[in-house]
Amino acid sequence: MSHAIRCRNLVKTYPGRPPVEAVRGLDLEVRTGECFGLLGPNGAGKTTTMEIIEGILDATSGDVEVLGRSWDRDAAEIRRRIGISLQETRLADKLTVVEVIRMFRSFYPNGLDPEEAIRRVSMEEKARSYVVKLSGGQKQRLAVACAIVADPELLFLDEPTTGLDPQSRRQLWDIIKGFRDAGRTVMLTTHYMDEAERLCDRVAVVDKGQVIALGTPDELIARLGGQHVIDFTLAATAELPAAEEFKGLPSVTSARVDAGQYGLTVAEPHVALPALLRHVQASGRELAALTTRHATLEDVFVNLTGRHLRDDAADATSG
Amino acid sequence: MSANRYTPLVQLTLARFREFYREPAAVFWVYGFPLIMAVALGIAFRERPIEQITVDIREDTGSPAAVAALKEKLAADDRFTVRTVSGDEWIKLLRSGKSDLVIAPLPDGGYELWDEPNRTQTVLARHAVESILYRPATADAPKLKEKHLEETGNRYIDFLLPGLLGMNLLGGGVFGVGFVLADMRVRKLLKRFLATPMRRSDFMLSIMLSRMVFTIPEVLVLLIFGWAVFGVKNQGSGVELTFLIVLGAASFSGLGLLVASRAKTIETVSGLMNLVMLPMWLLSGVFFSSERFPDWMQPFIKALPLTALNDALRAVMLEGRSLTELGREIGVLVVWGVTTFVIALKIFRWR
Repeated sequence: MSHAIRCRNLVKTYPGRPPVEAVRGLDLEVRTGECFGLLGPNGAGKTTTMEIIEGILDATSGDVEVLGRSWDRDAAEIRRRIGISLQETRLADKLTVVEVIRMFRSFYPNGLDPEEAIRRVSMEEKARSYVVKLSGGQKQRLAVACAIVADPELLFLDEPTTGLDPQSRRQLWDIIKGFRDAGRTVMLTTHYMDEAERLCDRVAVVDKGQVIALGTPDELIARLGGQHVIDFTLAATAELPAAEEFKGLPSVTSARVDAGQYGLTVAEPHVALPALLRHVQASGRELAALTTRHATLEDVFVNLTGRHLRDDAADATSG
Repeated sequence: MSANRYTPLVQLTLARFREFYREPAAVFWVYGFPLIMAVALGIAFRERPIEQITVDIREDTGSPAAVAALKEKLAADDRFTVRTVSGDEWIKLLRSGKSDLVIAPLPDGGYELWDEPNRTQTVLARHAVESILYRPATADAPKLKEKHLEETGNRYIDFLLPGLLGMNLLGGGVFGVGFVLADMRVRKLLKRFLATPMRRSDFMLSIMLSRMVFTIPEVLVLLIFGWAVFGVKNQGSGVELTFLIVLGAASFSGLGLLVASRAKTIETVSGLMNLVMLPMWLLSGVFFSSERFPDWMQPFIKALPLTALNDALRAVMLEGRSLTELGREIGVLVVWGVTTFVIALKIFRWR
């Protein structure tokens, strides 16, 4: 299997007091034709990793190979063959969509017709609108159009749907899927687990500058030991028990408690649930709430790090 | 698809044009501001009427013939407003400043001149009257011809206009290029460009090229206004003047490029721009000749690009000299333009 990207022992340290180690020995392989996701919380080093691979930042140490080429020798060639959407680029306000795309098209020797790029992101009706008049989702689609107008073999998307409404996110997912289905490679970063689950063939979970888990979303979830999660809270009548108390229950593979909310990863809910209910009743406590659901990548992350992916979730726990 | 349809230099330059003329505020500041400056100067340097001297002649001291003769003699000079007065009225007139000088013809053919020594105007009036009364008295006096400095090319406005032109070109180059680049950096647009195969020289050239095109109306506004309102003319060759303007604009946009090459915020770049421009506004002879500064400063002042441009513009516009005589000035501008461009390209921060 050929690889679109290979990283070996990537390190990026920003000088300072103390120096900030954004990326600490990261290894990565992205296969040709797959959609690969870097999933992790803000500040995990996703963007830094991506920008090193994109040739925008220099690594402190480590090797990067993109499309079988190295940035040291073949920078110009790599730039011609990749398309990039940065996390936050504010394009010129008073240019129209088609003007911006045409300008980006002019940088590449080969590529799509600007009209074709507009069609692929479904912005035909907005082609003559100024950038400043576009909604957040439309701006993001324009950014993607500027990337795919180069007709790249490899597309980089840094947080493509952050801050967008659900409909805009689905539109972007369709565009990205379409690109992948045409046999091209996509590498994206996200801190949305649902995005990674729906869009990515493989996911690398990144935390503190390192890959802490790698695999297809299903594999990662399966590694939890159970596909299901039982979330429950107990009425605050007495002192709350430790999470370990529930670990011994049948079919439970892991247990955790976070701000009074218990989470049990279970293989078979129909076995674990009656046992849990009996246990609660026997210990004289009362259930305040109980839900069961499929495990997600969020559970994978929480299980690995004890923290949540999203900032708002993290704030809720700490506050 | 044809290659020229997507020439990066053309596309980048077009983008600059579009962004500029679609922003009315920017258009106003670039073209409205020089016009306002020109209008303000127009008001400051409008032609003032020649100061009038009011003289009163006492009718009751001398003979009517003597009074009439004196009146006629003074009235021949259009600086004088001559009136006649009787009784003690003249004291009131002189005291209240309504009259600058009172003349009483005496029976012996002489004159009594009454002035008010505390007012300069009456002293001036007295000298003016004396000079007229004495003129025929001394036949062997050296002949004097009166000449007035009004000839086009020698007035202050003729000196000022090329200076304003230079100042505008400096401001346009440094502001026009500096702000645009700093803004693009803040927007992360430069970083986005860096991630494409775009040639950096194409980008830099598009900035300089668009800057030079924006300069054309700016310069024309000032030149046409100066010509229409003050009759300021270019004594030299129009082609050579154009060459100097283009050279100046190019040289200053290199300076703007350098100023904006590292700045991460708009505030930093504004500070740097002022740091670069203020000394030149003061030293480079915009409003008064740079030769007024002490000798030891002259080598430094002469090495400034705005001094070189102002000197060259004045040499062409006022003295009608040709570019072949202006090798030093042109050299200074070229060196500044090339050096700043090269350094800026080397240290330029794209992220």
